[in-house]
Amino acid sequence: MCLAIPSKIVKIENHMATIDVDGVKREASLLLLDEPKVGDYVIVHAGFAIHKIDEADALESLKLLREAVSISFEKKP
Amino acid sequence: MPIKHLEEYRDPAIARKIVEQITFAGQKPIRLMEVCGTHTMSIFKHGIRGLLPETISLLSGQGCPVCVTAQNEINSFIRLSRFDDVIITTFGDLIKVPGADSSLEKERADGRDIRIVYSTFDALKVAQKNPLKKVVFLGVGFETTAPTIAASIRSAVEMKLDNYFVFCAHKLLPPALAFLMEAKGTKIDGFILPGHVSVIIGIKAYLPFFEHYQTPCVIAGFEPVDILQAVNMLVVQIKTNQPKLSNAYQRAVTFNGNQKAQNIMNDVFETTDARWRGIGTIPQSGLKIRDEFAICDASKMFEINMTASSDPKGCACGEILTGQKIPTDCLLYRKACTPETPIGPCMVSSEGTCAAFYRYHPM
Ligand code: SF4
Repeated sequence: MCLAIPSKIVKIENHMATIDVDGVKREASLLLLDEPKVGDYVIVHAGFAIHKIDEADALESLKLLREAVSISFEKKP
Repeated sequence: MPIKHLEEYRDPAIARKIVEQITFAGQKPIRLMEVCGTHTMSIFKHGIRGLLPETISLLSGQGCPVCVTAQNEINSFIRLSRFDDVIITTFGDLIKVPGADSSLEKERADGRDIRIVYSTFDALKVAQKNPLKKVVFLGVGFETTAPTIAASIRSAVEMKLDNYFVFCAHKLLPPALAFLMEAKGTKIDGFILPGHVSVIIGIKAYLPFFEHYQTPCVIAGFEPVDILQAVNMLVVQIKTNQPKLSNAYQRAVTFNGNQKAQNIMNDVFETTDARWRGIGTIPQSGLKIRDEFAICDASKMFEINMTASSDPKGCACGEILTGQKIPTDCLLYRKACTPETPIGPCMVSSEGTCAAFYRYHPM
């Protein structure tokens, strides 16, 4: 049921967005999102955008992941 | 154009390192449960079970929307489809689930108007185009689909559409977690919590559960690295005996969740006791449409007579959903029950554990 891939908003008209999922264009309702903009990456579920990915958060969690992987590796006997 | 922050979560080098960490830490037998159908699919698709040490068992829980839908609800859907002026709209998997004497697929072959839609807005469009018909959307699923259905009900009221109805069979995940902890014969050392349910309800929704049971919980995304990282965090929590409620899906899940979606859900729905397949009634684990929106409530506007109905004989979906059995323990698996001739919903839905076993464990 869950579409894991973030989609990019390419157009907005009356609370409906055209989104680009890996090259495929689809429609998604924006009724469940605050202040969506063209260019935002969103997570879409059953035709509704449910989350806007925050660039800074995404990079931070990636950094933590990379750190977690290498740090405990160095500690391994 | 690359898709934002996806490649990293599929990086085999990172995955390998995490697997080594898990193997290093996970020497004692550990039972983890994923409670999201999309996690189940991802685990099978990426062969994650095969990467983990044998000490770690991954169990699939109650997160497949079709699988937890009770038999009497399926029977009601079939009855609804038999009204002459009704068009049924639904997401795909549901139509194959066998009811007491039929399925929506069979009813459709018999000429009933049953349409698969991509979203509730498509169902609204069907209602607009067919003003002389009554269009019923079958609402199954969890906190992820519930707000999309609430939004469609509100839109129908705003658009003054008087021929759009919802049959609400929605379930809530946190009460199901508590039920699993209390269930006899179920032993779970940690939970891989769902990704998109958590996007909506936020980390905070699990706090009462976590504080009460102190069971390790990690929210996970759907890519292989996401899931491995969640397993890794759970193994460490279990090994060090330091249970936490952690978030390994920070790019999507926040502490408070999607407030707008929660508001619209609370506007339209209230909680109620709900019946889960193979499990029985869990208090306050379902949603029903509030009285203000009763004109959109199919359970009130149609005479369906929801009679009690037992699950198909011999089907072990209930035990599978609670982690007590795996599909190969079911006597019907691969014999009477296959994806072409499913007996229980766990073999119907692409997210069902029996269907996933069938597809990825050819024998
Ligand atoms: S194999 Fe079929 S009958 Fe057995 S538990 Fe799964 S769905 Fe039910």
